[in-house]
Amino acid sequence: MDPLLFLAVVADSVSGLAHVAGEADPAGLLPARQQMALSLGWHIVLACFGVAFPAMIFTMHLIGIRRDDRDALLLARKWAKVSAVLFAIGAVSGTVLSFEMGLLWPGLMGTYGDVLGLPFAFEGLAFFIEAIFLGIYLYGWDRMPPARHLLMVVPMAVTGVVGTFCVIAVNAWMNAPVGFELVDGEVRNIQPWAVLLNPDAFWQFLHMWVAAYMVAGFTIASVYAVGMLRGRRDRPHRLGFTLAFAFASVSAVVQPLVGHLLGSRLAETQPTKLAAFELATETESPSPLRLGGLLVDGEVRWSIDVPHLGSLLARNSFTKPVEGLSSFPVEDHPPVNITHLAFQSMVGIGTLLMVAAVVFWVARWRGHDLMERRWFLRFAAVTGGLAVVAMEAGWIATEVGRQPWVVYGFMRTHEAAGENSGLWWLLGVTAVVYTLMTVGAIVVLRSMARRWRAGEVDLPSPYGPQAQGPGHSTSAEAAEEPVR
Amino acid sequence: MSLADVVAAALFVGVLAYALFGGADFGSGFYDLTAGGTARGAELRTLVDHSIGPVWEANHVWLIYVLVTWWTAFPETFAATMSTLILPMLLALLGIVLRGASFAFRKYAATLGQARLFGAVFAISSVITPFFLGAVAGAIASGRVPATGRGDLWSSWLNPTSVFGGIIAVGTCAFLAGTFLCADASRSGGRVLAEQLRRRTLAVGAVTGVVVFAALIPLQRDAPTLADGLETRAAPLVVASALAGIATLVLVSTRRYAVARGTALVAVAAVVSGWGVAQYPWLLVDQVTIAEAAGAPATLEALLVAVGLAVVIVLPALGYLYRLTQSETWSHHGEQAPSDH
Ligand code: HDD
Ligand code: HEM
Ligand code: HEM
Repeated sequence: MDPLLFLAVVADSVSGLAHVAGEADPAGLLPARQQMALSLGWHIVLACFGVAFPAMIFTMHLIGIRRDDRDALLLARKWAKVSAVLFAIGAVSGTVLSFEMGLLWPGLMGTYGDVLGLPFAFEGLAFFIEAIFLGIYLYGWDRMPPARHLLMVVPMAVTGVVGTFCVIAVNAWMNAPVGFELVDGEVRNIQPWAVLLNPDAFWQFLHMWVAAYMVAGFTIASVYAVGMLRGRRDRPHRLGFTLAFAFASVSAVVQPLVGHLLGSRLAETQPTKLAAFELATETESPSPLRLGGLLVDGEVRWSIDVPHLGSLLARNSFTKPVEGLSSFPVEDHPPVNITHLAFQSMVGIGTLLMVAAVVFWVARWRGHDLMERRWFLRFAAVTGGLAVVAMEAGWIATEVGRQPWVVYGFMRTHEAAGENSGLWWLLGVTAVVYTLMTVGAIVVLRSMARRWRAGEVDLPSPYGPQAQGPGHSTSAEAAEEPVR
Repeated sequence: MSLADVVAAALFVGVLAYALFGGADFGSGFYDLTAGGTARGAELRTLVDHSIGPVWEANHVWLIYVLVTWWTAFPETFAATMSTLILPMLLALLGIVLRGASFAFRKYAATLGQARLFGAVFAISSVITPFFLGAVAGAIASGRVPATGRGDLWSSWLNPTSVFGGIIAVGTCAFLAGTFLCADASRSGGRVLAEQLRRRTLAVGAVTGVVVFAALIPLQRDAPTLADGLETRAAPLVVASALAGIATLVLVSTRRYAVARGTALVAVAAVVSGWGVAQYPWLLVDQVTIAEAAGAPATLEALLVAVGLAVVIVLPALGYLYRLTQSETWSHHGEQAPSDH
């Protein structure tokens, strides 16, 4: 089952979210939350590949053409096929989200649709271009001059970034709303461009963008690490690993800095979220950094406090305090434990991955190839999973930490939800469909890998005429596949 | 024309484009489903793969464009429609998800058994999804979606107009796909295949045409505002659709598939535009007009900038994709079926 969903359920029951929001919760609130967590948590993993994979494919393909490297060209071709599968389910899961904005949050879309809509419109444009050039690139193998074919990846890489910026702009707006005024409960004076270009969007986008490279890079590197552990130490494995790990490494090294810069805005924009991140119940000056720990009956338990460091990290100062939760009305507190733990998991994993990346390249520079070390490969094999966990944890921290607001300071989440208790059915069906889709993707991708190992290149479909026609017993030599 | 009307027109262009191009992709599921057993259907299924493979994701984005433009420009009606029509919307969504995923999975499936499973899911979801989208259109056109709040969960889309809307959607998708597939098959020299497709396309076209015109009768009572518009303002479009539809049938039966594709597009475009023109100036028929539903003017203006950008950036790129997939190098690959539309 979906771990996010599980987490969200635990979060809700442990932290008593329901209490915070009060008795009058609409029937559609809880299922809508779980639904959002599940569908976004799923989409975002594929979105990472949509953002980062094109650039990696481009680089591999470029190496292949420039150095006339057959291994690299073959890898680029295989990666393109993998991306065809991933992008297809990425696109359909994105469509689910578009429907859900209205299905789950009629209150939000009805009231603020024309405020937050513009970025989504530009996102739509970006996805148009991405989908068009995806079609051209995937089917263009052997049908276009190589240089022009390679160029077709560029719009994909660019629009993946633009699209991410646009969606993140909406999320950043939910965190720190701008571009409208509330006059007697009516939304007035709407400035859509201010939403698209809101100051918080930039840092949040940068952080997400880098995260996408980490997720895609480490995941691909993990796949090759597993292959090498099983003794497949040929050149393609090493090349695939090195390129993916290089992308991931650069991202892993800059990510903590970007995250720090993003976080340093919180004291101003979302003080309650910051208090939950830092597990600050009272305002202390200077604030400690609390590692681990839980809030039990209003008391912080089991945490390791490092003096001063909280002020330093969150406020860039030795004295400025992190404002504690006690400074805010109880009804404005987010679920503290889940937010704190999610945030620290992200930061912890981020730090670990940064160290791993530095260790690998420093060792390589000094002449030690860690790809030859089983312990390193074993670690590399789990980095993909770690990066995914870090990213999901970051989103949980962001989204749960914003509670009880959907639009911070303006609209509470229960005002955004509808009255539809039938949404539980939707959640059940979604869980089943997404599980099946995950299984389907894994089965298909694994079978592709198996056939590639067996020496096939084209992967012809088993239902094509050559596979069926008389005189051809297997599809092995059937050449009916156009994508060669 | 007011600013809101211009945005509504831009939104409707998206609906039209999705109906035509997304529709043709969905419609190919009908032929895939009825292609027969594995051996008999092999050629046709491969043709379907090549036909929609490069374009379906791009064509699919029209739907995203419609949703996004709708909630940005006319936010309250979007919320009301989604709340009221949650069931057909979710069923359509389920179909969209299953169709996209299983199409991609089938192409790279390793064994025949897997390919059969994914293929069945792909084909069935392709056929039924347009029904629910058509039912949504019928619900709006027959005045069953309130301007705010939530209408009836069931009768809003289980009514004569919606049911006809759904059937017409399924039929027009299959009709469009048929003409495109015929053209593809004959271009790549699959004469037997083209003949097989030709018979089915003719049958689908005839049935769909009859249903479209039969629907006008129940509409009089069930959706009077729409029927009135169809008989007056939109009448020329209805006639144009009939003529283009008949022309398509003649062209297909005389095997002039390349031209038939054009007339089929015209026939379907005319039906869909007929609906739009007939219900103007209502956004949700009998409930709220386009002008009343519009969001902030600043947002509408900004949206038009996005639409303008789409015209200069997306349309040429889309044109390039279509041109490539129709070109000789892309069509002929051994005894390959070509990629098209
Ligand atoms: C691979 C993934 C990953 C890694 C290693 C990190 N993050 Fe992160 N973080 C995310 C992935 C992420 C994210 C993509 O999940 C979030 C959620 C919202 C966003 O834009 O990025 C996020 C949110 C997020 C926020 C919340 C912003 C808000 O709610 O407005 C802060 C303060 C940080 N991060 C800080 C950090 C720090 C100091 C890191 C140090 C190592 C770090 N992140 C590593
Ligand atoms: C941080 C959040 C998100 C990121 C980074 C992101 C990124 C992406 C990317 C890169 C794609 C391209 C498809 C692929 O290659 O897999 C995609 C698809 C899509 N996303 Fe997201 N997305 C995010 C959240 C959302 C949200 C909140 C929505 C809608 C409300 C959404 C709607 C869509 C849609 C509709 C598509 C499909 C476009 C198509 O048909 O090609 N996404 N997303
Ligand atoms: C940019 C993209 C995103 C947008 C526009 C967005 C939007 C929303 C909205 C409208 C809600 C419901 C209201 C609320 O609970 O405050 C929500 C909740 C939630 N989202 Fe996001 N989201 C985005 C990205 C993500 C991602 C990528 C994840 C991945 C894990 C995620 C996880 C969640 C969770 C866990 C909740 C439930 C929070 C709770 O109610 O406790 N979100 N999001």
